[in-house]
Amino acid sequence: MKKDQASAVPADTGLADAEVERQLTTIWGSRPGFWGAVASVDHKVIARRYIVTAFIFLILGGLLALAMRLQLAQPEARFISPDRYNQIFTMHGSNMMFLFAVPVMEAIGVYFVPLMVGTRNIAFPRLNAFSYWVFLFGGVLLWLSFALDTAPDVGWFAYVPLSGPEYSAGKRADIWAQMITFTELSALAVAVEIVVTVFKQRAPGMSLDRIPVLVWAMLVMSFLVIMAMPAIMFASSTLILDRLVGTQFYNPAEGGDALLWQHLFWFFGHPEVYIIFLPAVGMVSTILPAFVGRPLFGYLPLVMAMIATGVLSFGLWVHHMFTVGLPRLGESFFTASSMAISIPAGIQIFCWLATMWAGRPVFRTPLLFVIGFIATFVIGGLTGVMVASVPFDTQVHDTYFVVAHFHYVLIGGAVFPLIAAIYYWFPKMTGRMMSERLGRWAFWLIFIGFHLTFFPMHLLGLLGMPRRVYTYQPELPWAGLNLFISLSAVLLALGFLVFFVDVVRSWRNGLPAGPNPWKATTLEWATSSPPPSYNFRRIPVVDAREALSPNDGELAVASGLRTDRRELLVTSVVEALPEARESSPRDSVWPLWAAIATAVMLIWSMFSPWAVVWGSIPIAVTLIGWFWPKGSPEDES
Amino acid sequence: MKDRIVLDVSKLSLHGMGTASPTWWATGAFMLIEGSGFGLAIAVYFYLMSLAPQWPIDAPPPDLLAGTCLTGLLLISVIPNMMVSRWAKHKKLRRVQLGLVVMSLLGIAPLALRVFEFPALHISWDDNAYGSIVWTLLGLHTTHILTDLIDTLVLTCLMFSRHGDNARRYGDVQDNALYWNFVVIAWLPLYLCIYWVPRQ
Ligand code: HEM
Ligand SMILES: [Cu+2]
Repeated sequence: MKKDQASAVPADTGLADAEVERQLTTIWGSRPGFWGAVASVDHKVIARRYIVTAFIFLILGGLLALAMRLQLAQPEARFISPDRYNQIFTMHGSNMMFLFAVPVMEAIGVYFVPLMVGTRNIAFPRLNAFSYWVFLFGGVLLWLSFALDTAPDVGWFAYVPLSGPEYSAGKRADIWAQMITFTELSALAVAVEIVVTVFKQRAPGMSLDRIPVLVWAMLVMSFLVIMAMPAIMFASSTLILDRLVGTQFYNPAEGGDALLWQHLFWFFGHPEVYIIFLPAVGMVSTILPAFVGRPLFGYLPLVMAMIATGVLSFGLWVHHMFTVGLPRLGESFFTASSMAISIPAGIQIFCWLATMWAGRPVFRTPLLFVIGFIATFVIGGLTGVMVASVPFDTQVHDTYFVVAHFHYVLIGGAVFPLIAAIYYWFPKMTGRMMSERLGRWAFWLIFIGFHLTFFPMHLLGLLGMPRRVYTYQPELPWAGLNLFISLSAVLLALGFLVFFVDVVRSWRNGLPAGPNPWKATTLEWATSSPPPSYNFRRIPVVDAREALSPNDGELAVASGLRTDRRELLVTSVVEALPEARESSPRDSVWPLWAAIATAVMLIWSMFSPWAVVWGSIPIAVTLIGWFWPKGSPEDES
Repeated sequence: MKDRIVLDVSKLSLHGMGTASPTWWATGAFMLIEGSGFGLAIAVYFYLMSLAPQWPIDAPPPDLLAGTCLTGLLLISVIPNMMVSRWAKHKKLRRVQLGLVVMSLLGIAPLALRVFEFPALHISWDDNAYGSIVWTLLGLHTTHILTDLIDTLVLTCLMFSRHGDNARRYGDVQDNALYWNFVVIAWLPLYLCIYWVPRQ
């Protein structure tokens, strides 16, 4: 026990609010300039970067989608060569799943979980910085390879043997496998941070049954990441081993098995859909009450449904493999479990409808997108039940019916709620409101454009048009629908354009938002917009599920954290009773160096297995630099 | 919004130990991630076995000596490991330093034995799927021993430096000990898979 334990603590109790704020700004703020920004470990700074980067990937992936639609608008078009088309749909799928959907959801968690649980920074802020850089480098690797015409061309699922050493010479499939490793490293790091932040850094009094629904969603999502991502990492690593050092995992001639790949891939790939979808459930459940003017109906069933969805999602992967010829009994089991997952989905939808039913909806843009989400997602869910039945799936597998289905689920289930979330939380992130007028334009263009684009794809699929073909013959009855779809896709793109214009415009000139423009009751609205570097002047104390009552102008808080160095409050897992004060790391450039060292190793390893040996030395060095205490009061406390 | 102070936390200790420490939970989360990885690798082992006409494919079962000695060594290492953890809990600097030196040596020793395990498999990683999976199992576990060894070495240096004697470091020592137990426990199913399943 050192002398500075209790007595020498400069408590903030006797200080005026303004003085507390001044001291906290000094200690939590990042230094100005380029290096200050690079070294920042503020979760809001990193999350904002993460979100913006993910949206840039959305735009790039969207441009690829338009390119595909241009090529498919007419039979036998010559706009894109077959080779390039293979790269484009692979890039589109990989980019959307690994560089946009999962990262953007996690990034929203990185921004809002600490604010919603009332703490000053995420757990392990340096790991957080590292995870962003790794994600960025993985994305840049993929897009650079596309620019250099060496992008992967084996589909976003990279099935063997197509992606194996025999059929995919060159570096294309290796680039896919390493991009996976980059993004999974990043995703896993964020998942760990979120779990620990939720478990240990909640405001005093925020017991398990008072955790905001979005935070629950992020927690369940993080557990799914932790359990599912190792499968894809194992798969991509063994793939690259097969390709580089001649292991035989996927080579049937030597006792390997191609189906093993599909099992591993979909053991990850199915939960992946819920990794994307559960945060969306949390967003919708948070946004809806704010616009219908009453608390969420069915907090407990909703939380249970999210947990059930998470657990069930691991029993479903084989429904992606019905057409590979598995034993009958297995098929029946997976059909049944695929249908079972519609039970929690039904509970969620029922809770939302009940919330709306009992309230008085105010149709602002976020609510429009939420309603668009419910409508679209229900259709996607119905076609999901259809393809869960083996005979039907056998008919439509690998046709545009499936393309239609999963875009209904992904765009309906994730992109709509995400845009709703951006409109809802934009004021908190930037201090400014987005435009209601442009918001309506964006909504209608996106909503109508979306359905006109993707609904006809069901029909195309029933008419037998296969996926992943770069063109088709004029004799086939597909030309009219394809042209219609391509034109609608332009409408959809226009909607996104309006949305992005609104974001950029409002970031600069939007109306000032004030701390709580929607009169919401979760903790992020208890601080200014945008929040200061230290999030809260003093740590809030919670005594109800609705943490905030916007009208009483006072916030119950805890005093006694130090204001002369970075300190957090640690609380117990179940009841959130205060347990300890924990110091939080200062800004550091080491995470960036560590990410660079990791990137060098991963890219080098596509060329030589020895890279794993030699390349890990710089990583070890940077990690030691990262963890070694610098002798500051925080480190020594 | 104005603050209404309802609670004073200034009397709380700095850096809680055990479950009061965030790093304890992070260690747990990483063990869950790696545990999932080991679990999958074992599942793949049995999957490939179920497809093979005979198992092991084209090789005699592995020799037991090196792997069994290593298993014994790992099990023994748990005792000093627990002692270090206990000493760290009571903040006994000298003993922790000594214990970490011992644990560093006990991290190097299994690596020396591991060198003999790979040839004892009687198959190369690129011969067939059996060779690939057993090399992967051994490789995965070796990586864990290696990273934990490096961690222990760095921590040992830290404990001998002026940064050693404080609550945070003792917490790190405890987490390091926890992680070593995980490395040992994770080995047991791997050992059974690699050495005993092929003998049935
Ligand atoms: C924004 C409008 C979008 C359009 C117009 C669009 C269009 C398409 C088209 C035409 C294909 C089929 C390519 C083929 O089979 O030849 C496709 C595939 C795919 N899309 Fe989209 N997409 C859009 C957004 C998204 C989003 C937001 C996601 C995910 C979050 C996504 C995920 C996928 C995936 C995973 C594939 C499968 C790729 C493969 O087969 O390898 N798409 N998309
Ligand atoms: Cu699925």
